[in-house]
Amino acid sequence: MSLELSEPLQKAVDGLSESFGDKILDVYQSTDTTFVLVERESIVEVSKYLKNEHHYTYLADVFGIDRYTSEERFEVVYNLISLRDGVRLFLKVRCEEEQPEVDSVTSVWSSANWAEREVYDMFGIRFNNHPDLRRILMPEDFDYFPLRKEFPLLGIPGSIELPNSTPDTE
Amino acid sequence: MGLESSLSEGYLTTKVDSLVNWARSNAAWPMPMGLACCAIEMMAFAGPRYDAARFGSEVMRFSPRQSDVMIVAGWCTYKMSHAIRRIWDQMPDPKWCIAMGACASTGGMHRCYGVVQGVDNFIPVDAYISGCPPRPDAVLHALMKIQDKIKTEHSVALDS
Repeated sequence: MSLELSEPLQKAVDGLSESFGDKILDVYQSTDTTFVLVERESIVEVSKYLKNEHHYTYLADVFGIDRYTSEERFEVVYNLISLRDGVRLFLKVRCEEEQPEVDSVTSVWSSANWAEREVYDMFGIRFNNHPDLRRILMPEDFDYFPLRKEFPLLGIPGSIELPNSTPDTE
Repeated sequence: MGLESSLSEGYLTTKVDSLVNWARSNAAWPMPMGLACCAIEMMAFAGPRYDAARFGSEVMRFSPRQSDVMIVAGWCTYKMSHAIRRIWDQMPDPKWCIAMGACASTGGMHRCYGVVQGVDNFIPVDAYISGCPPRPDAVLHALMKIQDKIKTEHSVALDS
């Protein structure tokens, strides 16, 4: 594994493998960004550590990925920025297709609130201990998760209600 | 001067329908339903360069109760469709609708689960405008089509 990490990133990665050991499943680089794959159960601990010890105070985004694999189908990616060091770090966790659940990091960064709601809305990944896990974009009575691969591009006909176009005849 | 000079005997004869339609067609006040980038072109249509005032449509009424033509400008989500329908229902009859641009007419490039594939799925559309976004003169053209339509309507006489 030949990583070319900047000094603050190297510190963070070293600190992570020291403190968490085999909970850190993989560290790799792609297109000038650094990804750290973390065991699902320890995401909150890792987040707390990175925020408190390495100054990753800014959670810019949380998003989901449907890898469409038979095992560990879904992935949640956390986009962290250290404003002090000017570096970006991506945390990743993976979860299974049956009952996808990840612990919420809203207790660490409150900006995760709406971002996690969007991941729930689009992929159906549930976030444990989230204060208000409701759909954020789609109608609340919508039955599907539109960014899953099996969902058709044009949606399912009739799944979202259109307004009554002949109200006078009610 | 003015009217008197063109009326040789000081009066004219016409049908009430024609008179009412003439008045209506030259005072079609738009209800701007600006949803996306088409709304910027709609502003140009109302502004001095293209000058919708020549057709009596310069007053954008932001109240549905005072407007005659709804211009749906932009792509419409399923969630937004309920708001548009409610505003449409609040507009007093007679009323007309222009679907401005590719998205309002057919969904356009937003071929996806969240966008209604054409606002004619829930409101009656009188004129469609192609373009992404259409030029303001295309909106004027649609307005003239609406005027033609108004002029051929029965406004007062009952159909027997």
